Amino acid sequence: MLLLFLLVLIVPALLSWPLGLAMTRLIDPAGESGYSRCSARFFSKIGGEAVIEEQEWKRYLLSMMIFNVLMFAFVAIVLAMQQWLPLNPDGKGALEASLIFNTVASFVTNTNLQHYSGEVSMSYFSQLFGLMWLQFVSAATGVSALAALARALGGKKTVGNYYSDLMRTTFFVLLPLALFVALLLVAGGVPMTMEGAAVAHTLEHATQTIARGPVAAMEAIKQLGTNGGGWFGPNSAHPFENPSFFTNILECISIVLIPMATVWMFGRITGRMRDAVVIFSVMMALLVFKAGAAVWFEGAPAIALSSLPVDVVSNLEGKELRFGSGAGALWAAVTTATSNGSVNCMHDSLNPLTGLVPLVGMWLNVVFGGVGVGLINMFVFIIVGVFICGMMVGRTPEYFGRKVETPEMTLALLTLLVHPALILGSTALFAATPLGAATVGNPGAHGFTEILYEFSSSAANNGSGFAGLGNSSIPWNIATGIVMLLGRYIPIILPLAIAGSLAAKKPVPVTAGTFRTDTLLFGIIILGSVVFISALLFLPVAVLGPVADHLTAIIH
Amino acid sequence: MKTTLSFGDLSRQFAVSLRILPVTVAICSGLYTFITLLAAQIAPYASSGSLIRSEKGEIVGSELIGQQFSRHEYFWSRPSAVSWNAASAGASNLSPASLAMRQKTEKLLVPFALKKGEKIPADLVTASGSGLDPHISFAAAKFQAPRVARARGLSIDQVMAVINNPESGTITIPLLNESLVNVLHLNRSLDRLQK
Repeated sequence: MLLLFLLVLIVPALLSWPLGLAMTRLIDPAGESGYSRCSARFFSKIGGEAVIEEQEWKRYLLSMMIFNVLMFAFVAIVLAMQQWLPLNPDGKGALEASLIFNTVASFVTNTNLQHYSGEVSMSYFSQLFGLMWLQFVSAATGVSALAALARALGGKKTVGNYYSDLMRTTFFVLLPLALFVALLLVAGGVPMTMEGAAVAHTLEHATQTIARGPVAAMEAIKQLGTNGGGWFGPNSAHPFENPSFFTNILECISIVLIPMATVWMFGRITGRMRDAVVIFSVMMALLVFKAGAAVWFEGAPAIALSSLPVDVVSNLEGKELRFGSGAGALWAAVTTATSNGSVNCMHDSLNPLTGLVPLVGMWLNVVFGGVGVGLINMFVFIIVGVFICGMMVGRTPEYFGRKVETPEMTLALLTLLVHPALILGSTALFAATPLGAATVGNPGAHGFTEILYEFSSSAANNGSGFAGLGNSSIPWNIATGIVMLLGRYIPIILPLAIAGSLAAKKPVPVTAGTFRTDTLLFGIIILGSVVFISALLFLPVAVLGPVADHLTAIIH
Repeated sequence: MKTTLSFGDLSRQFAVSLRILPVTVAICSGLYTFITLLAAQIAPYASSGSLIRSEKGEIVGSELIGQQFSRHEYFWSRPSAVSWNAASAGASNLSPASLAMRQKTEKLLVPFALKKGEKIPADLVTASGSGLDPHISFAAAKFQAPRVARARGLSIDQVMAVINNPESGTITIPLLNESLVNVLHLNRSLDRLQK
């Protein structure tokens, strides 16, 4: 078990270092390098001068938002027309309008919350040309936003070009990695075929229709881009998405690899690797703690089976055997630390306290987080940490040699409040009305947790769920769709505004009195601000949900 | 570099985005899928879903997908919340602390007709995550061996020999040392033995 633990956490941490270097070279190349000139020439052929010219942060954001609007429109059209489009061997029919809205919002925002079951509702064309395409470009959008933030914090007045960043990330980082992982997955037994469902005549002479498809291609980018939206309903618990112990390890590593590497990319672009080390260590500490807690809580047998004639080892409800015991809890921790949201066991059937671990991950949303955006969220906590320290020593706080003043703090606090406001507000609304209360799959505190989890997952752009919830109704589709969109774009736009505002200031010279942000002390301060702010915001609902569920779980 | 944004800018940005969009679709969805499909032809068995065929060439199932077994002469798969429907997979999603879960388990225990003091391995009464788990634990196979032996008129030792035969789909999970048996492979081995 300990070996498994190390394999899934230490291997990607080691791999993230060279990948971070490669990503920096590929996404933020020095202007005069051959690669830089060649790719710029290629890009300008596609989109003209506007694709390579330097942009200041407002224009960068404008490009990003416009491209994201078109991403939304294109895939909405693809999904709405799927019954007439090709690559539909199993004859999937039309999708309901609010489900289309929800699904497109979900994949555009890198969330991949799924209110549908892929093998039931989606044609191969919708999956490949709609959803999988978004898994590439939404991930690239996150990485691009981080690159822009890093350039601004590095003191640049211009923050690069969104289109260049998008294409460099998509074509030169995500695509080769996805290809590599997809081929390994095929070798591990994941199907990759354009044929429709196979019909089997079982040993007991029943008919079994076996849905399949080009699963491996989507599976790879689903994990690498912190997307999480699977080909099949049960996600990576499905044997075709995750056929063995080995594919499980590979996928688990793919989940955290790029989020980890982006921290090093941030360090290199800003030219402050020591700061990156501090940030990485804080994130790693939180991840190890989360993973340890999940595995510990899930080692306990299901309470519902106590005193039944069952030889119980650990809680096996909603789990697959081939990944080994402990693998489900470990994955649950990893997938909600990063905002991936794929699952290899059913989170609704986790022990009540284990279920708290993914919730905490999504509430913090900074433990490596979504590709690019996880670190942007962390940046907000860093600004708050810097501010608190400044208050304590009675100096105007500084970050990367720029004074942090009222406008930046206003924006930082606004950003911090968006996440809890979205989660708590919408949970309250749905828990108090039949909108949510009538849709829960389990009664009592567990049902409340299902609602809480759904909105936490939407706001954190995670996408996992307590799947017992009847979330395919129109109110659920619309509400979570809106929460996902707000939870995605506000925490990108406001931090970039902070960075832009910092970059516009005159640098302050470093003196003996400067508070350093690349020390162990500051690491502890960030950790503290993350933990304490989040605890203040979310402890009450944690008690109402999973904790109450745990304490009241007495079976008659 | 301009710093103010105008309406002309906006439409220019739209035009640029519109030119980039089809290129990324063509490469990410078209080219990437095509290359992966092409490369997957090296492993035709896995890439088409690890389908198992009878001697007559008929598909009897997939090695990776659990199927329903309810006859006494077959080893039974883990419970499935979706009745082994491989076109709409899913789980129970019951809370492991709920009354519903306990009642479901009690119902699942009935067909096993446990003797007093006998305990059943947990994987035989808990629904898997996909509802399609192709494996049972080695303990669960051993537990079912007497029933299968009786129904087939074999000795328990003969059935155990089939379970222990590597061709019956027994695997050991690395690092954790847990042994699993592929139910479809195991049942096919038994059928072959008695043909």
